Amino acid sequence: MSASASAAAAAPAVPASVAPRAGARGVLRALRRNPSFMVGLTLIALLIAFAVIGRFFAGWNDAFPLSAPPSMPPDGDWIFGTDADGRDLFAVIVYGTLLTLKIGVIAGCLGLGIGTTLAFVAAYHGGWLDAVMRITVDVLLTIPTLLVLVVIASVIHRSVNTTTIGIIIALLAWREPARQIRSQVLVLREAQYVKLAILNGASSLRIIFLEMMPNLLPFLGANLVVAISQAVLASIGLEALGLGAPSEPTLGQTIYWMMNESAFMLGMWWWIIEPIVILIILFVGLFLLTTGLDEIANPRLRRMEA
Amino acid sequence: MHLVWIVARRLLMLIAVVWVASTLNFFVPRLAPGNPIEDKMLAQVEYGGSSVDVRALVKAYNARFGLDKPLLSQYLAYMHDILHFDLGYSITDYPTRVTTIILHALPWTIGLLFTTTLLAFLLGTLLGALSVWRGAPRVFTACVPLLMVMSAVPFYLFGLILIYIFATVLQWLPLGGGMGIRDNPSLSVAFAFEILRHSILPGASILLASIGVWTLSMRGMMATVQGEDYMTYAEALGLTVKRRFLQYGLRTAILPQITLLALSLGYVLSGSILVELVFGYPGIGQQLFRAIQNQDYFVIYGIVLALICALAIAMLVVDLINPLLDPRIRHESRRA
Repeated sequence: MSASASAAAAAPAVPASVAPRAGARGVLRALRRNPSFMVGLTLIALLIAFAVIGRFFAGWNDAFPLSAPPSMPPDGDWIFGTDADGRDLFAVIVYGTLLTLKIGVIAGCLGLGIGTTLAFVAAYHGGWLDAVMRITVDVLLTIPTLLVLVVIASVIHRSVNTTTIGIIIALLAWREPARQIRSQVLVLREAQYVKLAILNGASSLRIIFLEMMPNLLPFLGANLVVAISQAVLASIGLEALGLGAPSEPTLGQTIYWMMNESAFMLGMWWWIIEPIVILIILFVGLFLLTTGLDEIANPRLRRMEA
Repeated sequence: MHLVWIVARRLLMLIAVVWVASTLNFFVPRLAPGNPIEDKMLAQVEYGGSSVDVRALVKAYNARFGLDKPLLSQYLAYMHDILHFDLGYSITDYPTRVTTIILHALPWTIGLLFTTTLLAFLLGTLLGALSVWRGAPRVFTACVPLLMVMSAVPFYLFGLILIYIFATVLQWLPLGGGMGIRDNPSLSVAFAFEILRHSILPGASILLASIGVWTLSMRGMMATVQGEDYMTYAEALGLTVKRRFLQYGLRTAILPQITLLALSLGYVLSGSILVELVFGYPGIGQQLFRAIQNQDYFVIYGIVLALICALAIAMLVVDLINPLLDPRIRHESRRA
């Protein structure tokens, strides 16, 4: 949960470098210039706010079976209704949003961290190490994430929880960032100011963290958001296939229960609609955030919008 | 780059992918605590009394992969089987071979996937090209943001919404399945119609979510191409709009689209597995789900391996279309 908050907190630091003028006018300018970033940020912020504030109105135990009368449509007592097993769906959605984000953030951060490290090592070392990594990433990227995850998750299914799902997804989440950031590092290494720093005798670490990292930030941000979004996608895919954590009410798990307990036949529209709407807000928000960050990282895209 | 070199590189890549995927299938269950494959077969033997002759399966398994064999010889035996397209037997449905299960489900998946991917690619590309083409109706530009946002949503969430609207509320289309319960497969118009009726919703959910991807990338390419000098030259020559759009614009801008098509096939495949699941469509995705529910490990691994191979081959084929369409690659390879 703290990790998801940090993802949201890290994001606004980026446009500040684009629109250095602080204050309300600066924010308005950034908003006019980059609407997809702002709309995406707003959607994600609203979602997190809903989940964090909702916790004060819903107990953790209400998100489990037999805590409420089953199959109740939304009304005054159960504002989101209850499912066929007697879970209070308000509690399920509140905690599920956080749990689903937790999986995404664990896998996204681990994937980005591992990927960035590998990218720097490969790009700096060059030669055979770089070649081996490039080929490995190329081969692994050909294999769809979901299929590999199915193989791994199916053998440890009995002992799985949201943290382990996050870690399993991270096993594959480093590929895309590793490739993207490697090419970016190769470009940056040729930049004049980096060459100047090398001539000045700066250490590699100093160059990486003080010269390259600041310029990579929007790029890393975009990669992190993509990684989180793909991790959430992979997690709900696993959950739909019945490989999720059965004891934790994530959004994907809610959809799995809804499908397997024939909510469609029973006409329980609230059970169907609620997790889907939250997931759509989440995916669209992350997508817009990525588009916005891409525009910041790659100014050429900005011209196209005009 | 030399054309032969491109093909050789792609073939090596294909072999590497298949090798990685099959090796993964072999080692993952053996690295897991208390080999789950053997656990599952033990459990099946203990329940006993069922119509399934598991003992024969266990016997066959032990002859190949028994604990007394060193890991290396187990691995070699496994690789030998894979190279001979032998994916073993289903654990829960013993005498049935995994390849049989896959071959029965494959036509459904290929039919759905091929049609929808092709449609999405063509419609999306055309829409993307028209949305930035000067002089094209503004309608095309107007629907870009909507398609873009829809492309961010996973296929199967769309599927669930479509089921709710068209099958539960309006009851225009069936809730799921590949054909009606009482239908007998036959070569009649009525049966074909029934198949089509069952594939509208799954197809539509893949289509709705994937058109935007093609629209977006084509838009970018077409915008760049339109700024090129040869487009101005073509206009100065007085060529018709149709000719300039198709032969000069679309022809050039579509090349990166095909590379993108190869790259996104995996995403489309994963997405459609889940769509099949949601609709109870009798393809590979449905079989994978059933195998996971029954912990039928050989079927899971067989399906995963078959899908990865099929995907790698499809990517190879799509990648080889590029040199056919791009005269620059052909020309250079002839010169080299």
